Amino acid sequence: MPAVQAKSISCPNCGGPVQLRGFAHTLSVVCPQCLTVLDASTPEVQILQTFQGKTRTQPTIPLGSRGKISNTQYEVIGFQTRQVSTGEDSYSWDEYLLFNPFQGFRYLTEYNGHWNFVHLESALPEPANARGRPAFRYGGQTYAAFDSMTASTVYVLGEFPWRVQTGDSVACQDFVAPPWMLSSESTGGEITWSRAEYMTGSQIWQAFKLPGSPPPAYGIFANQPSPFGGDVGSSWRTWLWLNVVLAALVFAFMFLSPGRVAFSDRYVYSEGAKPDVALANTTGPFVTPTFQLDGRTSNVELSIHTDLENNWAYFSFALINDQTGQTFDFAREVSYYHDSDGSEGSRDNRVIVPSVPSGQYYLRVEPEMARGSPFVAYDLKLQRNVPNYGFFGVAALLLLIPPLLTTIRKGSFEAARWRESDYAPRSSGGGDD
Amino acid sequence: MSSPAANCPNCGAPVKFLWSSAVQTTCEFCLSILVRTDVDLKKVGEVADLPADASPIQIGTEGAYQNKNFVVVGRIIYEYEQGGWNEWHIVYNDGSSGWLADAQLEYDLSWLAKPGGLLPVQPLKGLKVQLENSTFQVTSVTKAHYKGVQGELPFQYWDKSDLLFADLRTTSGEFGTIDYSENPPLLFLGRGVEFDDLHLKNLREFEGWT
Repeated sequence: MPAVQAKSISCPNCGGPVQLRGFAHTLSVVCPQCLTVLDASTPEVQILQTFQGKTRTQPTIPLGSRGKISNTQYEVIGFQTRQVSTGEDSYSWDEYLLFNPFQGFRYLTEYNGHWNFVHLESALPEPANARGRPAFRYGGQTYAAFDSMTASTVYVLGEFPWRVQTGDSVACQDFVAPPWMLSSESTGGEITWSRAEYMTGSQIWQAFKLPGSPPPAYGIFANQPSPFGGDVGSSWRTWLWLNVVLAALVFAFMFLSPGRVAFSDRYVYSEGAKPDVALANTTGPFVTPTFQLDGRTSNVELSIHTDLENNWAYFSFALINDQTGQTFDFAREVSYYHDSDGSEGSRDNRVIVPSVPSGQYYLRVEPEMARGSPFVAYDLKLQRNVPNYGFFGVAALLLLIPPLLTTIRKGSFEAARWRESDYAPRSSGGGDD
Repeated sequence: MSSPAANCPNCGAPVKFLWSSAVQTTCEFCLSILVRTDVDLKKVGEVADLPADASPIQIGTEGAYQNKNFVVVGRIIYEYEQGGWNEWHIVYNDGSSGWLADAQLEYDLSWLAKPGGLLPVQPLKGLKVQLENSTFQVTSVTKAHYKGVQGELPFQYWDKSDLLFADLRTTSGEFGTIDYSENPPLLFLGRGVEFDDLHLKNLREFEGWT
């Protein structure tokens, strides 16, 4: 059998040639010269509509362009602009009719640089519910109601497998599950369902080999996939794993570098009179015997344990290198108060001195207390090479930043998406669509 | 699968059958509609020129659906207000037959079914009908007329006037048609399919497309 030939007709209005790309599928075609809409379903071509009442617009993808989408080549054979008017406000989008003589018809829609590849669906979506919002189940996914409108065709070019005219109007409803959108169109009681997949301008430019680069998309479209889509879950999973690693590091440090006690002793301090107890040691500032700090330059932890009762004590320290005279000055307050309601403060305190070179050291200790205080007994313990757990705490906090940021950004993206819908939160003070 | 050739009682041209159970066929040369009797072929009518159509399917197209091979042996062409469609008569390699509808390149496969229950007397859009454990919904009611036939059919079918069809769908892609031109109405059940699901070979060619 010979190949099916593409044919052309002449326009009964202006006499110009009108090429047909959709073979016998084409029921109506627009004359490219005079924009008359023609009925091409019978050999004697009839005029459907003579005046489109609109200035000529050039489709972004020219009629006759071919492009490959999901491995199938399609030719652009029709174009229409559809408009939605709400009171004094109106907006419009463009629809391209794509044709492949075997696979059939598909559509591309474009609004503010956002594209959708549309396929008519023959199965029936099932009414459902998405968090109290009307929805439909289809192909294992739940599509939440986004908006509904009445769209009118205001401009047509090319061919259609139905009798198209400007002024045609349909009631549309959109339901979204990004990057998918399920739409219903109803005319005269007949409901047609279609499913669309979001495409970017650059995907379209690439598919149809269009010159230049696509204009940036404006705003967020109903079924535009969130750039933070699956990221929120995965960023928190990553966070969880990093915390496991961090915890493992803490354990490793605890086992691998236990603090070595370089010096420890017990003292009693009394403000004023010398106490007459056996442990009595000193009243004012004193120095300890020397002790050895070994190994590479690392930290030193001094911990203080007291027997304070509803009182405070203040300790000034100097860790002094016996050979070089290098001095590390630091101080700590210890205060502990308690009554029947509970307690405040702690009998203990500690201080970590970083980067202490090895050598022979001694401590200078100067305790202070309020006048007339009773004795305080205290233990001092100096440990070399103590893991700095504070560092791990800071790391744990820093690790929180990426997942938190992702969560916040995803949240604001979704808020921006739904602001454009019929289901926008009341507080947005919308009514602008 | 094919049975011995006979000759057209009108023009004498050989008439070949692809399907042994065919009741009716058309002569490729003189377009006579021929009905098989016990002994020979009888001319019952003539097909007007077939309308130009752009279905990629033709008689002799082979395909496979769910590992069952089939060949296209005939068709009925319908026309309605919004255009037309083809009901391609297909014969599976086990000898059973069915239909492959091509309505503007939207494809549905179906076969004659026995209605388990009662079919609606008056089809109404949106009506729910329980058939073979599935809930079908009437999605369209179409008044169509017969436009032509070609090739082998499982019954005598020609010169019919106005016909009423109800199309039904389910949420899982099943498809049904009730043909109200018969009494009682005929039920066909099947499913909506994509072109690639059919693995078609020996298709028509289209200028400019490969």
